[in-house]
Amino acid sequence: MNCAGIHRLWLVAALLWPVSAAAVIDRHEFDDPVLADRFARLSAELRCPKCQNTNLSGSDAPIAQDLRAQVHDMLLAGKSDAEIKTYLVSRYGEFVLYRPRFAGTHLFLWLAPAALLVLGAVLLLLWLRRASGANQNLSAAEQDRALRLLRGEEVDP
Amino acid sequence: MSWTRVVPLAIFVVLCGFLLFGLFQDPSRLPSPLLGQPLPEFEMSALGDPERMLTRDDLVGEVALLNVWATWCPSCRAEHAVLLELARQGVPIYGINYKDDRAAAQAWLERDGDPYRASVFDPRGRLGLDLGVYGAPETFVLDHEGVIRHKRVGVVDERVWRQEIEPVVRALRTEAGSPAP
Repeated sequence: MNCAGIHRLWLVAALLWPVSAAAVIDRHEFDDPVLADRFARLSAELRCPKCQNTNLSGSDAPIAQDLRAQVHDMLLAGKSDAEIKTYLVSRYGEFVLYRPRFAGTHLFLWLAPAALLVLGAVLLLLWLRRASGANQNLSAAEQDRALRLLRGEEVDP
Repeated sequence: MSWTRVVPLAIFVVLCGFLLFGLFQDPSRLPSPLLGQPLPEFEMSALGDPERMLTRDDLVGEVALLNVWATWCPSCRAEHAVLLELARQGVPIYGINYKDDRAAAQAWLERDGDPYRASVFDPRGRLGLDLGVYGAPETFVLDHEGVIRHKRVGVVDERVWRQEIEPVVRALRTEAGSPAP
């Protein structure tokens, strides 16, 4: 191998180093990359009940570690994402879902932004129409006078 | 005033109302989905005797407190004296020794007194998980049929007992048809 090849190899090794170190820190490893991916997604989407604005993957609280272990075990046992979420919700409440379910009172959360946007658009439209309509309410004589004013002609007061 | 001005104003006022309401809410209070649910089934060893297995049936029968505690939890130390006093008054209290060391927990109870009729030893937090526990101390109120009727997250001091838990216990005893001991 020539010198440039060895340098390149070192570069690759150096780039891979922190990745392998991070993988050691997380105790939960999966042989199946699909499961690993689901684990990453679930622990990013589930919320730690103790430290309130952190997801499970970002929290070091003992309960977050326990819940990560639980999610890990349930994934290995072949549970679906929905089953895992239901399991946690039945113990810790809807609070643990960073993405609330599209049902019940949560419909308000999901639909309110869109409803407000539509309402705002309708109000703006109505307001604009009214504002532009106001300009056309001049009589023929008034329009004539306005035109002459614009041309800079003398106008009777 | 035209309605194109009234409607945005009304929305603004309603939003302000929500935000004002939110200011006075405690965001760390999570409503437990277990309220109104029966205490989950379990079979775990007693803290004082690894040979003796405790189940749900050992805890159910009268209105009782179920207290989640551990020696690593400073707030548990703070409420220990209150629990001892309640036990002395005859309030049935059961314990869940949560993610703790058996010897350390036994030593604590021997040194400072044992308010519990029985303590379930839960070293891995399995029962805690089923109960939605996310930090000790937590205290559940069970009715005489073993249904969870109230949950307190945090220390039970005299004020919490008087204002929050005792009224629940008294109401449940009336419901069960048994007078206070």
